Amino acid sequence: MPFDARQDRMEINVSGLTKVFGDGPSAVTAIKDADLTMERGEFVSLLGPSGCGKTTLLRIVAGLESPTEGTVEIRGNAVWNGTRRSAAATRPVSMMFQEARLFPWFTVVENVALPLRIAGVGRKERLERATAICETVGLKEFLHHRPNALSGGMRQRASLARALVTEPQLLLLDEPFGALDAMTRDALNIELMDVCARANVTTILVTHSISEAAFLSDRVVVLAPRPARITAMIDMPFDRPRGLELQQSMAFQKMVGELRQKLSEGE
Amino acid sequence: MSERTLKIALPAISVCLFLVGWSFYVRTAEVSAFVLPPPEAILVALIEMVQTRELWDHALVTVTEAVSGFLIAVGLGISLGFIMARIPPVEWAAKPFIVLLQLIPKIALAPLFILWFGFGLESKIVIAAALAFFPVFSNALQAFKSVEPGDKDVFTILQANPVQRFYLLDVPSALPVILTGTEVAVVLAMIGAIVGEFIGGNEGLGYLAVAHLQNLAVPELFAVIVILAMVGLLLYTLIGRLRQSFSAWHVSSETA
Ligand SMILES: Nc1ncnc2c1ncn2[C@@H]1O[C@H](COP(=O)(O)OP(=O)(O)OP(=O)(O)O)[C@@H](O)[C@H]1O
Ligand SMILES: [Mg+2]
Repeated sequence: MPFDARQDRMEINVSGLTKVFGDGPSAVTAIKDADLTMERGEFVSLLGPSGCGKTTLLRIVAGLESPTEGTVEIRGNAVWNGTRRSAAATRPVSMMFQEARLFPWFTVVENVALPLRIAGVGRKERLERATAICETVGLKEFLHHRPNALSGGMRQRASLARALVTEPQLLLLDEPFGALDAMTRDALNIELMDVCARANVTTILVTHSISEAAFLSDRVVVLAPRPARITAMIDMPFDRPRGLELQQSMAFQKMVGELRQKLSEGE
Repeated sequence: MSERTLKIALPAISVCLFLVGWSFYVRTAEVSAFVLPPPEAILVALIEMVQTRELWDHALVTVTEAVSGFLIAVGLGISLGFIMARIPPVEWAAKPFIVLLQLIPKIALAPLFILWFGFGLESKIVIAAALAFFPVFSNALQAFKSVEPGDKDVFTILQANPVQRFYLLDVPSALPVILTGTEVAVVLAMIGAIVGEFIGGNEGLGYLAVAHLQNLAVPELFAVIVILAMVGLLLYTLIGRLRQSFSAWHVSSETA
């Protein structure tokens, strides 16, 4: 493969990333010396116990938190110049937060349409597109409700719809389905995998669920706490498209076991 | 009886009892009518008064002063609150003045404003604005400062420009708290206008009250007070309605 072509497919390049919150005796090292490169269209999960810096890593990539050391590049553009973020570098990024972060002064469909509104899409078109995406995540009956009137799971779906409505090329998801029941979670995972494959979206997913990580990802990054760091990267060699039956297979079970092993080694 | 009827009936009954008690007390205790006229005398004075053109002219003057002062206070309070919330050094620089102005009883500045702005409408508008400014300003400052960091992150990710941030995020998140401030402010604006009229000039309900006092027309004085209360209530209710309709999103409701 010619060098340039490979360079062209490089989507994310995290190198030597360290983040320390505070200073002196109360300083917390949220992530230490993390390296991660991702190709376009790759699906990577960050798997690790609470407090091992998953959210922090995601926020630095998204341009929300500046790194203490190290660099982050998206398509060759540095996200951070010291502590100054580059808006241009993070333009392809869409992010879904651990909390739904919907705005109570908008209805569900207006919340979902907000990214389009900010991008300058006209009212009629953005509401059409938002409505369509709401329907795919099962919010059809709730379009004109206020977010406060929704259950936690419904809010999380609306938040996912908002993250997808701009058809982003780079999707950062922070425990998106933690609050959902197993069945809805399966359904939304399939939907998510579909969207990502169809549009060749590069995705980083933070999750606590080992089987979710194994099922969705091309690669699982295992993190360990104290000090927070990356301890393993494991490829998930399952063919795509994947269906729920994959989770019953021996190979899948074996992979889940291996991931569990790696996780406990980090403790 | 249902709770609903009780909620209407009980206040009506308590008010009636109060008025009857008042009337009875004035008659039996031989209180001078100059000190406390019976409620029916006040009612008669009130009915006569509302039929005169003069009263409405005075009322219009007071309302104009209070509302203008209120609007100035709202405009200034929100803009200064926003600027200081956004640019902390501006707040730090202004801090001594803010603290000082907060400590001074603003009403003590009223004679000064009459001196500077004359006996006409302007001085009363300034007094009303000076009194109404602080609740709007301090609520706006606080509200704009406490926009959720997580909500700001969403707008950062969406690459919103400052104008979009302002009207899609800052204003709607701050609005309920600001409107609570304006409810207090409108009452203070009324007080400012009336006190200004007490001190100087020959227009407005405050002036009318003083004029009746000097003529010892006590029932008329009471009637003016009643009208002032009504005007105050009207303005307060208007703002309250506005606040409710704007902050409807704070109660979970699908029709709002
Ligand atoms: N703004 C901050 N200031 C100080 N410390 C912080 C801040 N944000 C995170 N930390 C610390 O950094 C560490 C990593 O936090 P982070 O939120 O990245 O963990 P996480 O892996 O996402 O955990 P969880 O799975 O519970 O969401 C924690 O110890 C946390 O206390
Ligand atoms: Mg987290």
